[in-house]
Amino acid sequence: MTITEKILARHSSKDSVRPGDLVMSKVDLAMANDITAPMAIDAFRKIGVPKVWDHDRIALVPSHFVPAKDIASASLGMRMRTFAHEQDITHFYEIGRAGIEHILLPEDGLVAPGDVIIGADSHSCTYGALGCFSTGVGSTDLAGVLATGEIWLRVPETLRIVYSGKPGKWVVGKDMILKVISDIGDDGALYMAMEHTGDTIAHLSMESRLTLTNMAIEGGAKSGIVPPDEVTIGYVNHRQEVHGRQRPFEALVSDPDARFARTLEVDVAALEPMVAQPSLPSRAVPVSEVEGQEVDQVFIGSCTNARMEDLRTAAAMLDGRKVASNIRLIVIPATQDLYQQALHEGLIQVFADAGAAVAAGVCGPCLGGYMGVLGPGERCLSTSNRNYRGRMGHRDADVWLANPAVAAATAITGRITHPDSIVPMGALV
Amino acid sequence: MSEMSEMSDTTAALNSIRGKVHRLGANVDTDVIIPARYLNTTDPAELAKHCMEDLDPTFALRVQKGDIIVADDNFGSGSSREHAPVSIKAVGIGCVVASTFARIFYRNSINVGLPIVECREIVEITTEGDEVEVDLVNGTVRNLTKGVTAQAVPFPEFMRNIIEAGGLVPYLRHKLTAGNGDGVPIRQEADEVDLAHD
Repeated sequence: MTITEKILARHSSKDSVRPGDLVMSKVDLAMANDITAPMAIDAFRKIGVPKVWDHDRIALVPSHFVPAKDIASASLGMRMRTFAHEQDITHFYEIGRAGIEHILLPEDGLVAPGDVIIGADSHSCTYGALGCFSTGVGSTDLAGVLATGEIWLRVPETLRIVYSGKPGKWVVGKDMILKVISDIGDDGALYMAMEHTGDTIAHLSMESRLTLTNMAIEGGAKSGIVPPDEVTIGYVNHRQEVHGRQRPFEALVSDPDARFARTLEVDVAALEPMVAQPSLPSRAVPVSEVEGQEVDQVFIGSCTNARMEDLRTAAAMLDGRKVASNIRLIVIPATQDLYQQALHEGLIQVFADAGAAVAAGVCGPCLGGYMGVLGPGERCLSTSNRNYRGRMGHRDADVWLANPAVAAATAITGRITHPDSIVPMGALV
Repeated sequence: MSEMSEMSDTTAALNSIRGKVHRLGANVDTDVIIPARYLNTTDPAELAKHCMEDLDPTFALRVQKGDIIVADDNFGSGSSREHAPVSIKAVGIGCVVASTFARIFYRNSINVGLPIVECREIVEITTEGDEVEVDLVNGTVRNLTKGVTAQAVPFPEFMRNIIEAGGLVPYLRHKLTAGNGDGVPIRQEADEVDLAHD
């Protein structure tokens, strides 16, 4: 069996499962945010059970329209807060102590290898970087989990991706997953699990791995998973320790005779930083093919690329420099803890000195809700995950997706720029 | 919230849906179905006003109740927002026929009672304004304008049970409140719970 099949078999009390089987799986952690929770709460009330299945295994995270952007959003927040209080939800995060859920929950030590995690947000596939099965669902499905602690799942076929070679200086998880999506297409992994394997994985930080699995959904996949190794186990143990947790876990890997629906090989040593052109992630090309394209706004943030590695990379390029006069740079570290760490390391000072607008712990302009919405005809290069039409604002705005090094280089010149073109100046390098 | 309460009636009544086609392309994502700027509400009527706005600002105005969306591959890709199928249903679309659906959208549609079928053969020959009929019981999809009939990809039995119950909420309500051993509902008053925020 594959890792995914093993996890789903264990969670549905079966010895083995095969792709296509429908299983009723137990859930280790259920998550919803300020946009999806209110609808899930309504559905939960209509199911008619008085209490959630386990108040310790539910995370409610305000991240999208917080601090409340308008009265309607404030009301959504109130509905979530009332429910969290009424149900005594242990992992309800208030703003100022919260962040983007997909970065927050692993950092908070709530995710472990072998888990089944169900989140009412499509980027819930992110947690698979830690060797668990995790997938996104809608609010009603999440309500079912809140009521029962279980969910029906179709066991997915697995697309195995074998990465080979050491990544070049500017190549990170973002470039690898953009390359994969450009190869397979926006629905190339529809209904499937993506399993990220190969010798390259050992070179990847946990940050890069989380970016790999984060964008499984942009290839249509149900989930993304990285086989747990020393890096994973070290990270999970450390995060549990920091937060005083001690939850045993099982680090499963695919059997040698596991069956994969398809295997894709990616030569990472030959890979350049990738940039997805408007308006699909699959329109990714090497940065050299789009260099010189002028943009109006650069966004460094989102559940895809707003972790310490991302912030350090961007700050090292911006140190001692100024953002180009025609550019608005928005930087949003993903969680309050990461913001504090960036503050401590002097990165926030670098961003502020360079002329960036800095916020903390929210999704921001990624989904075009507020904090950097694009007007008609505006162009943005973003480290986020989707460049669909209208995603970040007006339907006639254009969005390019890239890694944080390309984003920082672009902010400095005002045009899409290869990071190699920027000669380091500051002390952070 | 009216979409949940309407669910049982709609799914039971709509064994067959016949309507005029709005022909859309591939990768119709949830950001164009209902842009995030409108996600500060869960009110179906409000969401309906903005359905497909970024694809075609006149869409919501042109839809007649019972019209059918026919689209190519990967319909509903992107975000998990259930607001997407809710807005399509609330604007009056009777059924979505696509070559393939993105998986979260597929689950969400069944959960909120928006009829959807996968039928590539019909999608490929259908153009804007055609008349299409979908029989949800036997799974046939008919393009009346072109005179072509095809069979939709059937739902797995497990999902048919959820569809027949009227969606996931009534399915679980029945299972959790009626099937508790002695046949006594745990919380009969569930329907009367006052949702102060609605």
